[in-house]
Amino acid sequence: MSEVRVTAAPEGRPLAVLLPFVPPAPSRWRWPRLRFVHLVGLVGLSLVVGGGAFAQAGSARLSALEVIWKWSPLLLSGFGFNILMSVLAMALGTAAGLVLGLLQIGENRALRTFAWSATQFFRNAPWLVLLFFAMFMIPFQFRVFGYTVPFPDWVKAVIGFSLPVMANMSEIVRGAVASLPSGQWEAAESLAFSRRQTLWMIILPQCVKRMLPPWMNLYSLITMATVQASIVGVTEMLTLTAQVHAAEGGRPDLLAPLYGFAMLCFFVYCYPIERFTLYLERRFQLNQ
Amino acid sequence: MEVISHWFLELYETTGINLTIVYDAYDRQRFLSGLGMTIYLSIVCILISIAIGAVGAWAQGSPLRVVRGLVNGFVVIFRNTPPLVQIFFFYFGLGQILPRIEDADGMRVPLLTNVQWAIVSLSLFAGAFNVEIFRSGIEAVPRTTTEAAEALGYTRFGIYRQVLLPLALRICLPALNNNLVNLLKTTTLAYAIAVPETLYVSKQIWTDSQNVPVMMIVLLCVYTTLVGILVFIMHRWEKALAIPGYGQGAAR
Repeated sequence: MSEVRVTAAPEGRPLAVLLPFVPPAPSRWRWPRLRFVHLVGLVGLSLVVGGGAFAQAGSARLSALEVIWKWSPLLLSGFGFNILMSVLAMALGTAAGLVLGLLQIGENRALRTFAWSATQFFRNAPWLVLLFFAMFMIPFQFRVFGYTVPFPDWVKAVIGFSLPVMANMSEIVRGAVASLPSGQWEAAESLAFSRRQTLWMIILPQCVKRMLPPWMNLYSLITMATVQASIVGVTEMLTLTAQVHAAEGGRPDLLAPLYGFAMLCFFVYCYPIERFTLYLERRFQLNQ
Repeated sequence: MEVISHWFLELYETTGINLTIVYDAYDRQRFLSGLGMTIYLSIVCILISIAIGAVGAWAQGSPLRVVRGLVNGFVVIFRNTPPLVQIFFFYFGLGQILPRIEDADGMRVPLLTNVQWAIVSLSLFAGAFNVEIFRSGIEAVPRTTTEAAEALGYTRFGIYRQVLLPLALRICLPALNNNLVNLLKTTTLAYAIAVPETLYVSKQIWTDSQNVPVMMIVLLCVYTTLVGILVFIMHRWEKALAIPGYGQGAAR
């Protein structure tokens, strides 16, 4: 950033090896520092506006910006639904993943093998295939004690998303426990802690800190994956985007701005999460 | 072949396990072409995304702030937006805006087909992650190594190509491995723009022959196998590249 300005050596004296450092004078005006966020905003804006200019050809037609403004309540409600699905899937998957992860580090050999293979299987299957799996394999209603419990599409989608979350969470738990120095286990043993006590009172509290950044990363990923529900027929933001496009007469020039808007929504939601994750990672690294 | 087909037909009649992809020539052909498309998509996207990663990581070390800003913006955008929306944005959004060309028969066709758009968007998506991965690898190479290369008179590109990249690659291979597995799984999203890959043809097959559960299991097994093969290749590569003291391959 700051450059070292070399001052001319005074006449007649031997050249100094270390020349005095003169800090550069602060310039009165300079370009505002462009950061990535600004860049993204500019690109998004130019896409929307550019699409708008494209659409201006017919005077009676709405520009892209106006279309987005007009339909934004609907689109944003769809986006809210995506977030709801992601939160539910994350909650469900985290709970199941914790159990599976604890089984993976447990002492029972059969359970350990089962948990390991389940984790590997669900981690290596594509999310979309798992989503199809959940959509087609789970019945649309259950009969419990004579009552018919309906199982709407979106609940099945939530279950479909929670499967990969479960597997990844299980792996995060295992990784966090494995990353602790074995001295912790030995010290607890020498203090006569039982295995359960060691796990709950010593190991897991330390793991929370290590698990938080990858867990948030996973949340960001699952949020971005929820749009895949539109492929299997759940009405969420992408479905609504396509419907809005159809409602506006299916003009081809509207597609880029509309999908750009969807990208922008997800970006605005996921980017802060990513930054916060990075911040946490850096902070925890220093404390270790 | 006849015997195998017959056996699977019998399996269907006795147990209800309807594996049309084995005994029905048409379905088998469909499924194999879908599998081929998945493999083709994966290989092309993996190669392009690695290239994007290497070039992007080089550009990120550029002295020009504009270039660095552009690369960072690219990485940030593609990492934080859903890949499916990216595919739609490219295929529907940009595909409509781009001019159409005339093909050999004089028909007006889009500049890029849906397969090509899928390759473009998937490569960019995975490439954005690869840039970050390569960057982390480059950061792990000691500064002194670069300085030594500078002292030997290497140019900036020369340092990158002959000193930094080979070392960084060895450090970041595990992370790269992870991302490429992810890319292989993400190729299923091409389903959304009607690219006839494995998921797409499977859906066609189970719509025709009403064997959803069986095809679902087949599908899961196929992807698990493909991922297994990729992981195997990557591990072999990791071992082949290992130098003592660099990366995890050497430790084993």
